[in-house]
Amino acid sequence: MTAPINPADSLLERAPQALRDLVTSHFPQPWRWFANGLLADVAILAVFGLLFAALTLAERKILGRVQNRPGPNRTGPFGLLQPIADGIKMLSKEDIVPRDADHLLHFLAPVTLLASAIMAFAVIPYGRNLVPVDLDAGVLYFFCVGATTELAVFMAGWSSHNKYSLLAAMRALAQLISYELPLLLSWVPVVMISGTLSTTGIVAAQSGWRWGWMPTWHVFTPWGLAGFIIFMVSALAESNRSPFDLPEAESELIAGHLTEYSGCKYVFFFMAEYFGMTALSGMAVTLFLGGWHAPLPALEFIPSYAWFGIKLISLLMGFIWIRATFPRLRMDQLTRFAWKFLVPLALINLATAAFWSLSFGWSGPMLAARCGVALVLVIVPFVLLGRRLTAGLAPRSYAYAT
Amino acid sequence: MLGSGLLQGLGVTAKNLVGSFHDPKRLTTVEYPEQKTKLPEAYRNFPFLVSESAEDPMGTLRCVACQICEKECPPQCIFIEKSKDKKPDATGKMQIYPAVFLIDSSVCMNCQICVEVCPFDAIKMDHEYEIATTERFNALLLDREALAKPNSYFHEIRPEEAAEVDGRLAAERKAAEEKAKAAALAKASAAAKPAAPPSAVPPKAEPPKPSASA
Amino acid sequence: MNALFLILIALVTLGAAATAMALRNLIHSVLLLIGSWIGVSVFYLFAGAEFVAFAQVLVYVGAVSMVVLFAVLLTRRSRLDISVTPDSLSRAISAVLAAGAVLGVLLYGIVFTPLPGAAPKGPSATVKQLGVELMGDHAAALLIIGLILTVATLGAVVIASNDPKAEDRQ
Repeated sequence: MTAPINPADSLLERAPQALRDLVTSHFPQPWRWFANGLLADVAILAVFGLLFAALTLAERKILGRVQNRPGPNRTGPFGLLQPIADGIKMLSKEDIVPRDADHLLHFLAPVTLLASAIMAFAVIPYGRNLVPVDLDAGVLYFFCVGATTELAVFMAGWSSHNKYSLLAAMRALAQLISYELPLLLSWVPVVMISGTLSTTGIVAAQSGWRWGWMPTWHVFTPWGLAGFIIFMVSALAESNRSPFDLPEAESELIAGHLTEYSGCKYVFFFMAEYFGMTALSGMAVTLFLGGWHAPLPALEFIPSYAWFGIKLISLLMGFIWIRATFPRLRMDQLTRFAWKFLVPLALINLATAAFWSLSFGWSGPMLAARCGVALVLVIVPFVLLGRRLTAGLAPRSYAYAT
Repeated sequence: MLGSGLLQGLGVTAKNLVGSFHDPKRLTTVEYPEQKTKLPEAYRNFPFLVSESAEDPMGTLRCVACQICEKECPPQCIFIEKSKDKKPDATGKMQIYPAVFLIDSSVCMNCQICVEVCPFDAIKMDHEYEIATTERFNALLLDREALAKPNSYFHEIRPEEAAEVDGRLAAERKAAEEKAKAAALAKASAAAKPAAPPSAVPPKAEPPKPSASA
Repeated sequence: MNALFLILIALVTLGAAATAMALRNLIHSVLLLIGSWIGVSVFYLFAGAEFVAFAQVLVYVGAVSMVVLFAVLLTRRSRLDISVTPDSLSRAISAVLAAGAVLGVLLYGIVFTPLPGAAPKGPSATVKQLGVELMGDHAAALLIIGLILTVATLGAVVIASNDPKAEDRQ
């Protein structure tokens, strides 16, 4: 967040940076960088904290509407104060630690999880010149921070000194490890095509227009579409969201590895889940949906951070929509889906991206051939693998009792 | 193809989401404290005492303190004390009335046996279900002032049964009046002809009254 | 300032590793070992090798730690089973010899590797440079590592897969 203001930008576009300079100009020059970083932290925590609160309410409202009921509407007008009531309730609950628990690890698990979830926000470009830390290997940083999630889940399960917690933690780990691989493989094509691991570089690679109107986002290429879908499915599983919410499985398990957690520590896990979901959606926007770029040249007058927000919230709404629709998978279905479907598809997608990168110079009729070959490389494995995956399962015929 | 079913499912939920905003038939939720569903007539929850008029509920209770309900009540939650004086009941006959009528609502099990055994249609089951109180002892012990509700309320919650009860009571009142008239006539004729036999009006016209009220 | 930071990183890394060896509770040892790995990655970060540092966390903290934890949980029977004294003198001697040999090789490597006197304080290597280096000068090493990992993966698959025919024959 140290990029200088570009006077060519519009007033709204410059507003966040101008605000930053207004605040940090009171600090002496040697400490300016520190003040900038601190301000970025405060901004991230404030914005995403509020987004977390709004998201919990939106989720309950939308789930309600999908199930033809009004959802929470008791606290405040239209139930808008519900997140505040939830927060007061959760924070005022007693924090119970089992007598035989490993107290230090029991405390460290939620802290590690939340810390890693918040750290992931550091490298996402939220707008033109709005990236807290512009790392050379930003994408790698994002996923290496996410890797500590598994550690935290294990710590939570083991330190509770409860066999249900430990077993559930092992199940959660099996799921997280299974989906870590397609998640990591799905963004490698993006790095191959963009030639950089920096998040700002990847966004810059998606700037510009083809034929004057079509955005050159990665999702509009065959490999990008496949990568985006694999990424989002793996992100669903990594953030323990329905239909991959086996680790918690609210309705049938006793909250899995969170059995022995209550009060503030439980809130930390809950927040980490939503922060992780938001961060992964933000990364999906950056990698595939063109980051903060506008979808049409005529819409560029809207500031870049607004576009990022719109895309981010659309993806989060997609998460909620999926949760409202799909039933939970079984454990064997879950791992089979990862190893026999997503991982092969992601590997084939690497080859598709390699072809796309090699055929960069093709033009004219060869451009059609390029798109055609890439599409075939994406669709044929999908159909074949999908047929193998669902062999003997679909279409089903139902016999009604007479 | 794999995924077509998933897309169909997403379509169904999207239709529900959009439909719940413009189609009031989809939103079937009754938002309870503000809205209440109409209870079926036979719904029963806790008894109340029927009084003839809303203005003077204590003076027009149908209850004649016969104490049958008190004796029949399985959890024994009813306590009745008879009055010393008498006053006319629903059929115009002079009767005693309950000076004290208590029901312990923490003991009552809503079995409706008091209603079944009452020969005077004086106690009926209520539709009231918001019976929570903030105090555990005295607030749960309901006296006759709290229990008495006018006949118009009875008509409101159970129109069919109330109409039938009113018809029966009117018939009884009419029969009693005719009997009184006939008795007066017989007395007059007896005074005129002291040797004549007693009144021909049989006492069966009156419905069987329990011994307690006698 | 920099030296102080370096000493701090070294102390945390080595302290975590030493405590991991001394502890009786194996899970605590593993978690401290992971802490030591994080310390190493912080050292890489301190040295300006961002890519290596993040890869270290991704691979060691994310994946290898899980393998170690699963191994510990699947093999340990009870806390009392872990003996603190060596079974026999010969075993102790061979353990010391093996550890000493490893230490000797490592020390030899560290002491006798020629390092450029003053590393140029230029911008840190980009990912593209790393890729070119790996695929060019160090292609052989990369291939050998890939081969070893593939063999290990195949071995794991062979061990894990249950051959229905083999079971029938028994």
